[in-house]
Amino acid sequence: HQVLRIKTRNEEEVKKLQLLDSLEHLELDFWINPSTPALPVDVRIPANGVQAVKAFLESHGIEYSILIEDLQVVLDKEKQDMACSQQRDRSSNSFNYGTYNSLDSIYAELDHLASEFSNFVSKLKIGESYEKRPLYVLKFSTGGRNRPAIWIDAGIHSREWVTQASAVWIAKKIASDYGKDPSITSLLNKMDIFLLTVSNPDGYVFTHTTNRMWRKTRSKNQGSPCVGVDPNRNWDAGFGGPGASSNPCSDSYRGPRANSEVEVKSVVNFIKNHGNIRAFLTLHSYSQLLMYPYGYKCTKPADYAELDALGRAAANSIRSLYGTTFTVGSICTTIYQASGGSIDWSYDYGIKYSFAFELRDTGRYGFLLPVNQIIPTAEETWLGLKTIMEHVRDNSY
Amino acid sequence: SAMELPPSHHRANRAAALAAGYVCYRRGSPGRGLRLRTVRRAGRRDIDGVGPKYHLELVLEDIVDEDSTVNCTAEVLYHLGNKNIAPDVQFTIEGELKNTDEADNIFYSQIKSLEKELVAENIPDSHGHVSPEMEPIRLLAWVASGYVMWQNSTENTKFQFAQIKHVKQVKRSDEYLEFDYMILLHEMVSQEIIPWQMTVLWHPQHGVQVTQDSRQPKHASE
Repeated sequence: HQVLRIKTRNEEEVKKLQLLDSLEHLELDFWINPSTPALPVDVRIPANGVQAVKAFLESHGIEYSILIEDLQVVLDKEKQDMACSQQRDRSSNSFNYGTYNSLDSIYAELDHLASEFSNFVSKLKIGESYEKRPLYVLKFSTGGRNRPAIWIDAGIHSREWVTQASAVWIAKKIASDYGKDPSITSLLNKMDIFLLTVSNPDGYVFTHTTNRMWRKTRSKNQGSPCVGVDPNRNWDAGFGGPGASSNPCSDSYRGPRANSEVEVKSVVNFIKNHGNIRAFLTLHSYSQLLMYPYGYKCTKPADYAELDALGRAAANSIRSLYGTTFTVGSICTTIYQASGGSIDWSYDYGIKYSFAFELRDTGRYGFLLPVNQIIPTAEETWLGLKTIMEHVRDNSY
Repeated sequence: SAMELPPSHHRANRAAALAAGYVCYRRGSPGRGLRLRTVRRAGRRDIDGVGPKYHLELVLEDIVDEDSTVNCTAEVLYHLGNKNIAPDVQFTIEGELKNTDEADNIFYSQIKSLEKELVAENIPDSHGHVSPEMEPIRLLAWVASGYVMWQNSTENTKFQFAQIKHVKQVKRSDEYLEFDYMILLHEMVSQEIIPWQMTVLWHPQHGVQVTQDSRQPKHASE
């Protein structure tokens, strides 16, 4: 990158520089903005634009000189100087919540949270994936024996990276806010929370090593070269119906039978054995939707009015933070008919408060959501989850 | 008989996505990509012997500058009987789109002045990052993909641009810029990620053209 000092002689030349400033793809960084011909204009130009900008200036007869020939050299020296005088605190946690982390990193952070908040956070293994990776659930519990509980899961579709990232942020949030935030404190004094941050670890690893767009599990399909089952078509809810494929090569392949996927079966077993789960909340991306049953059929659930109202309240909470709008509705009307989905199973099993979230964005980046949106997404999603959990806390059934 | 649809209904959204893709293709450039922001109203009626026709009132936004929006009315007619005919799309944009002549001209001269042909991959990358100098390349792919989406849409598809896997500039002796793209489209009804090859021509005065395109097979090993 170069830094140029530009000497403008009149208002017209200042205006030309202001026009240049408006061309966002050049990413010009004005250290002194063009405002009056009396002052020089200093501007940093990324390497690829240097020639074009110089050509522009020369063609308009605008005088300039090179202030810094190569900015990287200057920065490197500065970094060296800082490293010498910098002291790193080795005991501080270095997990970065604002980026996409590997499975190993996330699992290490779950251990860290369980140990830092050991009086009410513990890590449970509820099963193993197809490739034998552990399925870890964080349990948040301040006591009691088998209290009514909230279930939250993320990353069942491995390419939806903002969900696993949000879930681990939410874990930290719940742990940190207990005892400080009145709402989560009163909630955890009455109920437990179970949080599965990575529902499909095999798929997640595959998105890091091989194919960023992988969605399914990594189970082998008998008689087919194609791998994997769509874990959100594999639940025992209208299994085999419309909206799921019978082709193993399809990204919405339902699997040979309901619960064939160990990642799904492990959750079903956990929920059934627990016996007191009151809400089932699952995170997906993208589209910014908040949905309730049904997906496998287009008829309204019996609790439609309450679920719709609660969904809208949660969407309002989400919107209150950054203005992000979520559309509320049943799966069938909002996106499509889809059989074998998790919240249809949980609802028909008797867990009334069953919701599926589709987080940011609406398609500008899709699955490839930029890292600077991870924490804002987690923060707003948390508000939506809290609204639902508060309602569950106050409405025992 | 005409039927009013709730704007959040998936049928309205599929037709709207198709219309937005078409508008983007017709009006886009490396300096301007348009996408669907909201469906304000939607209606559907059957045209005898042809297929369903949607009337849509949409809000479109600029991909780079989200605060820049325009209203757009569009009509989409799907040809049910013949899968080889792309849907008919008519549209009107209310007001004027942002002028991108200066940005387009700068990009044009930047590329024309390259000594080696431009080559790049994975835009955005896995972490959603797009380097500023690649933004026009990404927008150009987005605009061109609007053509592919339009040509391949039915009432049961909803395409979204996902990623440029690979792009290579092809040097030409005439005034046009040519790029050979391999992109990924996300088809949201089947949830498939579909690789698609496109040859794209562009010139600031002549708009975007897709001169050749073909759907690519998914790799069985993945």
